[in-house]
Amino acid sequence: MNELIRLTLVKVKEGLRQKKFSSVELTKAYLASMERHKCMNTYILETPELALERAKESDQRLAKGEERPLEGLPLAIKDNFCTTGIQTTAGTHILKGFKPPYESTVTQKLKEGGAVFLGKANMDDAAMGSTTTTSYYGSTINPWKRADGKDLTPGGSSGGSAAAVAGGLAVAAIGSDTGGSIRQPAAFSGIVGVKPTYGRCSRWGIVAFASSLDQAGPLTRDLRDAALMLEVMAGHDPKDSTSALLEVPSFEKALIQGVKGLRVGIPKEYRIEGMDEETLKIWEKGAEWLKEAGAEIVEISLPHTKYSLATYYVLAPAEASSNLARYDGVRYGLRIPGKTLDELYENTRSEGFGAEVQRRILIGTYVLSAGYYDAYYLKAQKVRRLITQDFEVAFQKVDVILTPTTPTAAFALDEKPTDPVVMYLNDVLTVPANLAGLPGISIPAGLSKEGLPLGFQLIGPAFDENVLFRAGRVLEEAAAFKSFLER
Amino acid sequence: MSLDQEAVKRIATLARLKLNEDRIGPMQQDLNRILQFIDQLNEVDTSQVEALAGVNMSFMPFRKDVVNEGGDVEKILANAPEVACNMFVVPKVVE
Amino acid sequence: MTNRYFYEGATGPWELVIGLEVHAQIVSKSKLFSGAATSFGAEPNTQVSFVDAAMPGMLPVINEVCVEQAVKTGLALNAEINLVSIFDRKNYFYADLPAGYQISQFTRPIVGKGYLDIELEDGTVRRIGITRLHLEQDAGKSIHDQHPEKSYIDLNRAGVALMEIVSEPEIRSAEEAAAYVHKLRSIVKCLGTCDGNMDQGSMRVDVNVSVRKAGAAFGTRAEIKNVNSIKFLAQAVDYEAERQIAILEDGGEILQETRLFDSVRGTTRPMRSKEHAHDYRYFPDPDLPPLVIEAAWVEKIRQGLPELPDAKKARLIKDYELSPYDASVLVSEMEIATYFEEALKSLKPLTSKTAKLLANWLIGEVFGALNREGITIGASPVSPAHLAGLIIQIHEGIISGKIAKEVFVLMWESGEGAATLIEEHGLKQVSDDKEILTIIDKILSENAGMVNAYKAGKEKLFGFFVGQVMKAMAGKANPELVNQLLKERLNS
Repeated sequence: MNELIRLTLVKVKEGLRQKKFSSVELTKAYLASMERHKCMNTYILETPELALERAKESDQRLAKGEERPLEGLPLAIKDNFCTTGIQTTAGTHILKGFKPPYESTVTQKLKEGGAVFLGKANMDDAAMGSTTTTSYYGSTINPWKRADGKDLTPGGSSGGSAAAVAGGLAVAAIGSDTGGSIRQPAAFSGIVGVKPTYGRCSRWGIVAFASSLDQAGPLTRDLRDAALMLEVMAGHDPKDSTSALLEVPSFEKALIQGVKGLRVGIPKEYRIEGMDEETLKIWEKGAEWLKEAGAEIVEISLPHTKYSLATYYVLAPAEASSNLARYDGVRYGLRIPGKTLDELYENTRSEGFGAEVQRRILIGTYVLSAGYYDAYYLKAQKVRRLITQDFEVAFQKVDVILTPTTPTAAFALDEKPTDPVVMYLNDVLTVPANLAGLPGISIPAGLSKEGLPLGFQLIGPAFDENVLFRAGRVLEEAAAFKSFLER
Repeated sequence: MSLDQEAVKRIATLARLKLNEDRIGPMQQDLNRILQFIDQLNEVDTSQVEALAGVNMSFMPFRKDVVNEGGDVEKILANAPEVACNMFVVPKVVE
Repeated sequence: MTNRYFYEGATGPWELVIGLEVHAQIVSKSKLFSGAATSFGAEPNTQVSFVDAAMPGMLPVINEVCVEQAVKTGLALNAEINLVSIFDRKNYFYADLPAGYQISQFTRPIVGKGYLDIELEDGTVRRIGITRLHLEQDAGKSIHDQHPEKSYIDLNRAGVALMEIVSEPEIRSAEEAAAYVHKLRSIVKCLGTCDGNMDQGSMRVDVNVSVRKAGAAFGTRAEIKNVNSIKFLAQAVDYEAERQIAILEDGGEILQETRLFDSVRGTTRPMRSKEHAHDYRYFPDPDLPPLVIEAAWVEKIRQGLPELPDAKKARLIKDYELSPYDASVLVSEMEIATYFEEALKSLKPLTSKTAKLLANWLIGEVFGALNREGITIGASPVSPAHLAGLIIQIHEGIISGKIAKEVFVLMWESGEGAATLIEEHGLKQVSDDKEILTIIDKILSENAGMVNAYKAGKEKLFGFFVGQVMKAMAGKANPELVNQLLKERLNS
């Protein structure tokens, strides 16, 4: 294995600046790794020529000393970010062959930051799933293996992004997180994943799943990498009416601020049934580490936590049922002909969406339909307020909240539950931050008894990602987690 | 609340999804399983709670009334499965 | 048009209940949520942004001017302006609705209750309640006549801002419905918030019609679409009322349905595309925060409102003593009012007498000529200043009313001013005593017998002498002077 692909983003950046290697060499090393690990199915589309072209440009800039924050750094882009002229499918059959004539704001910022795009990373069908098995383009395989040698899920929906970063197929990646789709795969893959505050990153040009919950964020090998990526990705966008009109702070500076005097909340309701013993143990350990570093540990209550999943599984499908109505076989993507327009719609949509997406569209359609709106949709909106208020109350007492990211470590692809509700339980610890619009981060915490990565989740007040980086850095140092590539 | 097969068909029609006969039963089962799970929301007293549509949204930003988009038919039609006379084509619609 | 409140059926009279939903396209350069142009008649799909085509990941950002136009219209309709309003998605699949939903306002519209006063032909005024006005996106256009088995979709209109203005079901006759739309149209045109052009579809009317026995609860209504002129509106209402009464009197039931008006046959028929029971699944659009506007901004818009037709009418009556009828006619169309006021500016002296004369000429001669040629006042070859010029010539006695009509025809044909044409064609009125007396003397001497008969008491012959003099002078003599001088001569 080429040593270059083991380096973190920040290390690679240093190496490039010091001319230890070129962006073309680096990119070639990644392209070779991608070629070697094709069977992991991390990418839906690889763009080697474009990547090398961009890398060459970056080398020219580096030679002139005109480098930008991400100059020459090879990234994986989740396939729900629209990229000009490059097929964007969001893992769904219905967007077959779609080449957007526009660039999403986040990828535009990354491009302007000098990044090199290696390709479009695999993901669950229309970002619906926690396993990257619902992708029309097949499952992605986690680089981590269990003792029994079974293929594991990298988590999802940003599973391709997570597997690429963990397995050395991209130095860093971007994903999107609607209910845990960055944090859960980050935890399953032993890397860092950030879901910023709702409104921090522009949603313009991201294939929408649930508009009031979706946020873009980075998946990286460590916190410093995440800070650097997020600084480039974040910022107000006049093209997104829900984008926050706020300055982006320096997340990198927060990394060295420590946690002295910081109050860390441990929500008792997150000790859920079915949580692995090691998960609980590691969680306690995390609290201890923070305490040792000078933080105060406070038990808190988020009483409506247990209703988060039910709330989420009303609101997200409701929004999705409407967001996905545009995929009708008329203006782009898949078309399965029909004698009438309605036939064309039905043929196209039944063929183009996978089973899980169809389930969610139907649930979403139902909860919005006449006679059921109040009982389901409106009710869920009200509980969403209660969940949000829980956090507001908690953040009067504490500065940041520590929880595990997932109840268990990654499971084998063939152990994927068939009961949709059991499947949804994967998101139980991550969904509340989306509902409340709060920033959340997953940091590698340690290994399960099966030797698989587990993650810490930190949740902060709205627009205070800094506190996640402060507390996160302390945990990262204490955990001294060895990544897949370092083993 | 639970859905009968007629309701499943009605919703599928609303959502323009075709469910063949053999898919209706399993889909009905899945949907009812999900609805049963969702029903736990009924435990929560929300009589005094206002609905929350979105978070961190304070006000609607305005755009100036200027023409700065459009004018590129090719880009609009580039991905279309069927085009004629610079328009999208669908089976005949009867009004 | 008859003002029928009641339709006589076999079982006695039926009362008509009408509510109107008017969709008015907002005048703005760009669309409600995108920066694509809005002009009418462009080449297909040339005015379409990625947002309008509902491309994946595209997001709406609202156009400030569209909001301002809605507030302006709300204020002119004496309505409450809601400082906080919400955009909802109305979900349904249709060929010309790219996103599969229309962004509209359902539970919290930008404008609440208001009213409109309508004037009927017999001069009575009725106040019609307005339920609400909300902002929404227009749909694209489906073209059905270019292929036997296909429809073509042009999205130029998709996303253009609309105001949907909903009336209370307080309209009771076809005439009232027509008067309501006419009045609404004159207001939005005066405000410049909609061009009111019904044949281009920038103003469209959906008519909800039901019938009931007097005092009974509302009957089931049918909604009629595709009514694209005020004339058709009255036709559609009459047809629908009679259709419903016939069904009810046959013991049948009215279906709550959407019907399409067929302007060729003057009938309505069920709309096939609306056969599916609709369930729009409205919910707040998560891409758009609440629309919050400031009271101070609304106040500023209120201060900047132009004079509305009702106020203008009152002013014309007060300042120039115009009759209520004339004033109504003058303010009924924005262009007419503008023409009249433009002409007033050139009118000297500006008195109620000259203003009335101007109004008469505008409503009489100018309207007559416009009708004959089938053109609107904007295309009149006689400019407001020229019409005022003609009135001045009449008022100063330079020409008679009769000659003035000749002058007007010349003006219409040439586009020249009255003074120039009078000069050119030598139409100036003769007010010179000597010149007139010469002719009088000549006429009297040629008709000595008649003079004797007159002197013997046949006073009716006076008219004959006047006529002869005027004829001899080709109508250019000042008629008052001819009368006076003739009397002096005959009585001497």
